Amino acid sequence: MFTAERIADKSDWITTDTGDWEIIIGLEIHAQVASKAKLFSGAATGYGAEPNTQVSLVDAAMPGMLPVLNEYCVEQAVRTGMGMKAQINAFSRFDRKNYFYPDLPQGYQISQLYHPIVGEGEMLVELGDGESITVGIERLHLEQDAGKSIHDLDPNATYVDLNRCGVALMEIVSKPDMRSAREAAAYVRKLRALVRYLGTCDGDMEKGNLRADVNVSVRRPGGDLGTRCEIKNLNSMRFIQQAIEYEARRQIEILENGGEIDQETRLYNTDTGETRTMRSKEDAHDYRYFPDPDLLPVKLSEDWLAAIKASLPELPDDKKIRFVSEYGLSEYDASVLVSDREKAAYYEDVADGNDKKLAANWLLNEVFGKLNKENVEISDSPVSAAANRAIVGMISNGVISGKIAKQVFEICWTEGGDPEAIVEERGLKQVTDTGAIEAMIDEIIAANPDQAAKVKDKPKTLGWFVGQVMQASKGKANPQAVNEILRKKLL
Amino acid sequence: MSTLNELTLAGALKGLASKDFSARELTQAHLDAIADADQLNAYLLTTTETALAMADASDARRAMGDVGALEGIPLGIKDLFCTNGTRTTAGSKILGDFTPHYESTVSANLWRDGAVMLGKLNMDEFAMGSSNENSAFGPVVNPWRANGETQQLVPGGSSGGSASAVAAQLCLGATATDTGGSIRQPASFTGTVGVKPTYGRCSRWGIVAFASSLDQAGPITRTVEDAAILLRSMSGHDPKDSTSLKADVPDFAAACTRSLKGMRIGVPKEYRVDGMPGEIEKLWADGMDWLRAEGCEIVDVSLPHTKYALPAYYIIAPAEASSNLARYDGMRYGVRVDGADLTETYEKTRGQGFGEEVRRRIMIGTYVLSAGFYDAYYIRAQKVRARIAEDFKKAFETCDALLTPTAPSAAFKIGARYNDPVQMYLNDIFTVTANLAGLPGISIPATLDNAGLPLGLQVIGKALDEETCFAVGGALERAAGFNAKPNKWW
Amino acid sequence: MSVDAKTVSKIARLARLEVAEERLAPLADELNGILHWIEELNEVDVEGVAPMASVEDVPTPTREDKVTDGNIRDDVLASAPRTEEGFFVMPKAVE
Ligand SMILES: [Mg+2]
Ligand SMILES: [Zn+2]
Repeated sequence: MFTAERIADKSDWITTDTGDWEIIIGLEIHAQVASKAKLFSGAATGYGAEPNTQVSLVDAAMPGMLPVLNEYCVEQAVRTGMGMKAQINAFSRFDRKNYFYPDLPQGYQISQLYHPIVGEGEMLVELGDGESITVGIERLHLEQDAGKSIHDLDPNATYVDLNRCGVALMEIVSKPDMRSAREAAAYVRKLRALVRYLGTCDGDMEKGNLRADVNVSVRRPGGDLGTRCEIKNLNSMRFIQQAIEYEARRQIEILENGGEIDQETRLYNTDTGETRTMRSKEDAHDYRYFPDPDLLPVKLSEDWLAAIKASLPELPDDKKIRFVSEYGLSEYDASVLVSDREKAAYYEDVADGNDKKLAANWLLNEVFGKLNKENVEISDSPVSAAANRAIVGMISNGVISGKIAKQVFEICWTEGGDPEAIVEERGLKQVTDTGAIEAMIDEIIAANPDQAAKVKDKPKTLGWFVGQVMQASKGKANPQAVNEILRKKLL
Repeated sequence: MSTLNELTLAGALKGLASKDFSARELTQAHLDAIADADQLNAYLLTTTETALAMADASDARRAMGDVGALEGIPLGIKDLFCTNGTRTTAGSKILGDFTPHYESTVSANLWRDGAVMLGKLNMDEFAMGSSNENSAFGPVVNPWRANGETQQLVPGGSSGGSASAVAAQLCLGATATDTGGSIRQPASFTGTVGVKPTYGRCSRWGIVAFASSLDQAGPITRTVEDAAILLRSMSGHDPKDSTSLKADVPDFAAACTRSLKGMRIGVPKEYRVDGMPGEIEKLWADGMDWLRAEGCEIVDVSLPHTKYALPAYYIIAPAEASSNLARYDGMRYGVRVDGADLTETYEKTRGQGFGEEVRRRIMIGTYVLSAGFYDAYYIRAQKVRARIAEDFKKAFETCDALLTPTAPSAAFKIGARYNDPVQMYLNDIFTVTANLAGLPGISIPATLDNAGLPLGLQVIGKALDEETCFAVGGALERAAGFNAKPNKWW
Repeated sequence: MSVDAKTVSKIARLARLEVAEERLAPLADELNGILHWIEELNEVDVEGVAPMASVEDVPTPTREDKVTDGNIRDDVLASAPRTEEGFFVMPKAVE
């Protein structure tokens, strides 16, 4: 279901002297399975351990060592596949991919070429401006990670740490369905959110637990597909976008100068922002894949698959639909709230027993903005979901105004404490007693007769009086009541 | 006490039980015999101190009434089995003085049952060979010689050290491995009993891999009963090997004397190959007569794809081997030969570390898996393998076990076939089918040919039916009355 | 199908085996002898036959996701030709 027909949004075209170009992008994401032990050995997977301490004799490929499959990793691959609404293959198998490299002790990587555990699927990817695209999923397969080669400890030698060697990866291969760096980034973001929802991968790109190989080619809009280059191992959203943009321009320049693109594997230099050749097609490896005779096929029963399916959490797309239909949120607000499992859960906590739209607005306009500004993760927010629930509750009950709510939130953020107690103790309750408000208004009208006379001709100046009343009440007067009474008296 | 090494394994267990001698005495007798047999080159290494310490520990256990199934039995271990703290070479130079910090499951099972390790046995490098001339440590010599001749003969391979050591009474039994016939063919060449059990019966964990889908460990001994006793200890499910079978291990020894009355024994017509020596044909016919006398019915069966078994094997085994042997790169263990850069270091290390036959098979395996040839060679070979397995399945609809010769010839002279790989490969023509189909097979010494060299008969059973192999093997052993021994010339 | 010296050289590179220049042609002959013999397989009718990767017809067994191994750095490094500060040290690898 490769949508070669889809032409990039015009705003994504690259326009040069010779005309317009569009970028065709496909991604291979390597997502580390969030397992305790490795795919085929009982060694630990934790990050940052001393070199070669999380290595078993199997990982070091000692003579006679054999792999045994980690069941949990199979389950996570299946869950991720289900999350992508992809075909789950009841029969899959492991193959050996043969090549020599210092960080590959066996001389082969155990992977799945011929019979991957997950087949075709598709993902709806929101672009953030209300638009969305569908990205086809080619496959998801399980494979072993390699060890780590360190080239800068010795000018003449490579140091090898096998801690990461044998850790389970899900390689998720998309179809070439993206047309811009922004679309590619949105896809990675969506996929990252999905695996985090499912808990199958922590999505931590900084630690390399989610990294991307990007296939880039260019063509005239709607024209024939060009030759692609693969850029390996990009581990941040920014690098993915920069690498795509650099690579597209590099290819366009070659083509415009009458050259041809060599199909090759390239590396992205994070310092210069450029890509360079890693391996040309001529010295492309001949991996000699064949079924690993140390392992038997993976066969998944219908019952087992049904149980996994039943255990899946509500997925972002479904949650979004529910937020729109049940809570009456806008598509946009809903998609922002579901973009992250923790955000969504936080929202549902805040919205519990409250006005859903009000809760959404409160979070989107106040809370998330503050978190963003202070660079604080939602899980580390000093104001708990329960506290926000109380604040929203007080707004909708008219106990405090939105303006006071912001004040209360600030106090909670900096000093902590229970919002209801804060409102009570500091006398921040909204004044809804119309008698008291009327008294305040009469006083202000009496003090400003000229101003009051103008209102009939220029109704807009009523706002001045509202401001005065609010000031006099230290923001506690119910704005609605103030408006009503002012209108009655002055208009 | 110098004759203790002439005992059978079962006989030694009885002698130990009745305190006729100690495990230490039994072990010492073997160590003496080994020290006197350098010319056979069967042992790559003798673990004298370990052996005596294990023997003493065994004697102590026995004194406490703690007696295992192999209590005090001295054994030789093929150098393909990783042994904790004892150098393991797989018959290759490339591993250097590699000393594992782990014990193969099969050998660990033996020590669990009280056995004593005498040392590590010579073999064809990485178990690739049918004559034991491919060892980096020099060929193993067959203790048998043709009548009136002094020329040295091969013991068969790849478990030539195991077979030679058992035949020359340098151990009561030995571990061996069989990928295409490497237990049964040397057993036939040395007048010993060799068993390749059902694929998955013995754990492969800790055994240096040659071709993972075919490799199986098994025993070489001097009697069928001894093989049954040893195999029982070697066998059993191992969660560390994904291909290890979850099957109970029966009392194989009890099956050795089982009645054969009413049993149907199949004789595959395709095993009558051109140029088979008349003596082997005659032995085969004798075998049928012996079994008829035991109340068996001999039935003709057909295994139509027999001819294709060896060519299929010489695609599948090298393909798997080319990948299994990639780990021997001089980076984490073994000998590294430095080159100008990484690639050259790999190439020198492997080019110089591996012997000629190993390099040849790695080349073939690499070729048949390479881009453009995978379907034509590898996939086709796997399909032919399926055909061969199917052949057996059909044959076993009409019979309980198959009787065939073990090898197409008796032991030959060292050097005689060394330069013709295909001729050498044909040694395994009768044995390789059981590996491809994963079936159990046993070779029983049955007669001496005109030159005075032993010849074996093979019984192939259904999957997990080693018991029938032992029952038929036991009957053949009794009927053949084979008790010849090589004259000690070494 | 038959191989020439150039193919032998290519295969040797893939397999990381040093082969002396003068051995290429003889090795090609040897391999062709074996390959020619192997090609007997083309006689077999394999129409509709599923390739057999294993004689066992059961799914691969699995283990629980538990840390049961590792923390044996000394064992892991014990046989290495060269180590430094807990790392394996290998010839410079640059891609
Ligand atoms: Mg890839
Ligand atoms: Zn991958």
